[in-house]
Amino acid sequence: MLVSAYALPRVSWRFLPVLQRNLLVWIKLAGPSILGNIAEPLIPLVAFGYGLGAMIGQIDGLPYILYLASGSIAVSATMAASFEALYSAFSRMQMQKTWESIMNAPVSLDDIVFAEMLWAALKAMFSVAAILIVLFVMNISRAPTMLLALPVLGFVGITFASMALVFNALAKGYDFFTYYFTLVLTPMTFLSGVYFPISQMPEWLQVIAHVLPLSAAVELVRPLIIGQWPEHWLGPLAVLAAYAVVGYYIALVLTRRRFFR
Amino acid sequence: MPSGCPYRRKCARPSSGSAWSASSTAWTPDFNCIENLRVYGRYFGLKRAEIEARIPKLLEFASLQSKAAAKPGELSGGMKRRLSLARALINDPDLLLLDEPTTGLDPQARHLMWERLQNLLQQGKSILLTTHFMDEAERLCDRLLVLDHGRKIAEGRPRELIAAHLESDVVEVYGDGAADAALRHVGLAERVETSGETRFFYLREPKPLLQALGADHSIRYLHRPANLEDLFLKLTGRQIRDEA
Repeated sequence: MLVSAYALPRVSWRFLPVLQRNLLVWIKLAGPSILGNIAEPLIPLVAFGYGLGAMIGQIDGLPYILYLASGSIAVSATMAASFEALYSAFSRMQMQKTWESIMNAPVSLDDIVFAEMLWAALKAMFSVAAILIVLFVMNISRAPTMLLALPVLGFVGITFASMALVFNALAKGYDFFTYYFTLVLTPMTFLSGVYFPISQMPEWLQVIAHVLPLSAAVELVRPLIIGQWPEHWLGPLAVLAAYAVVGYYIALVLTRRRFFR
Repeated sequence: MPSGCPYRRKCARPSSGSAWSASSTAWTPDFNCIENLRVYGRYFGLKRAEIEARIPKLLEFASLQSKAAAKPGELSGGMKRRLSLARALINDPDLLLLDEPTTGLDPQARHLMWERLQNLLQQGKSILLTTHFMDEAERLCDRLLVLDHGRKIAEGRPRELIAAHLESDVVEVYGDGAADAALRHVGLAERVETSGETRFFYLREPKPLLQALGADHSIRYLHRPANLEDLFLKLTGRQIRDEA
């Protein structure tokens, strides 16, 4: 091995054709996946938002469906990016050997991992854009600041794609990812102020909740969906950036070790 | 191999104006042949016009014009292998790396592949290939390395290697009478080897043995020149080896 697995990322512009490749495949298969991406968050939104919302009334001065929608859109970004960087990236890396064939061209593993991370974030943005349109059409919110939620959720996608790529690098098979979803992401959605305010939880849990990347995402995105500016934006952005940077570096090191050991 | 090398600048950048390319069998199943070639060309940083100009030529070279819009899953084994070759040629490399280019192909597909590889050699390209087929190596290679468990055990031109290591002729004797024949005629050969029920007589002067065997009608035998397979077996032994 000529270069340490712990070297800093070296990315060349050759990551672009890799990103473009994934985009082209997605365009080919987009029909069914768009429908799924819209339907999946929409169903609980309608069921809980209208059904439960009628009983709950308001949370923090917001109609429950708006509270729920403005939180669960961050969950959608999280899930879309994670799914892409786990199941789909693993298919390309392990099952289809796409990464190996790409590395037969002058494209490095660093370029590929970078492209996969950005692609997963981009895909999260596609899902989120679809949901924003639905929120607009259903008149749940029509705030102009919703447009700003899109790039913010793209950044959330980068964070969760980077974290997911760590587990992708460690995986022996698809089953492994179930643990990540069940033990990491699902509990996180309940602790991050998506369905109910963090202040409802015991204090020690609140402390944990405040350093979770999803609660940082919700803190940034909820105001933008309802038409306000985030009260605190530096802290949540720093939390997201920290998970992204640390996660991406660990993912890259582990992926290099997986390929070049 | 380049794909096992993490150091982009050293490995993957073609140096001094030459380019290499390696074939691999990984396809994007959702892309057709043209799209697979096009996407692969972009990894080399080729311009769009350059890629689009090359694709029809490559499909023709691979005899895949009629399958241009087919997905890899719809192609036969031989077609897939030729598509791999076409893809490895997308950047017009001087050097091609091919890993067992004809393994698993039927004779027609194999001969077509050999013909295309000869064609590339005539164009002045270099090919580095691995193979388990000794006749393939004999046909295509100017220089040959025999590797055993990753170590080089012989190197040279195929005919010269055979001449240096082996007697010129082989007589294979089959069947029940083979063991007896071996005992009786061992003096007529320079070497006799056993593999299962078959005896291999290695010799430079085959006439006396052929006359002796011809007199015995119960024996089946085959006389042929020594080839690379004989060389390989002599150097590495006839025993089945556990996969290392």
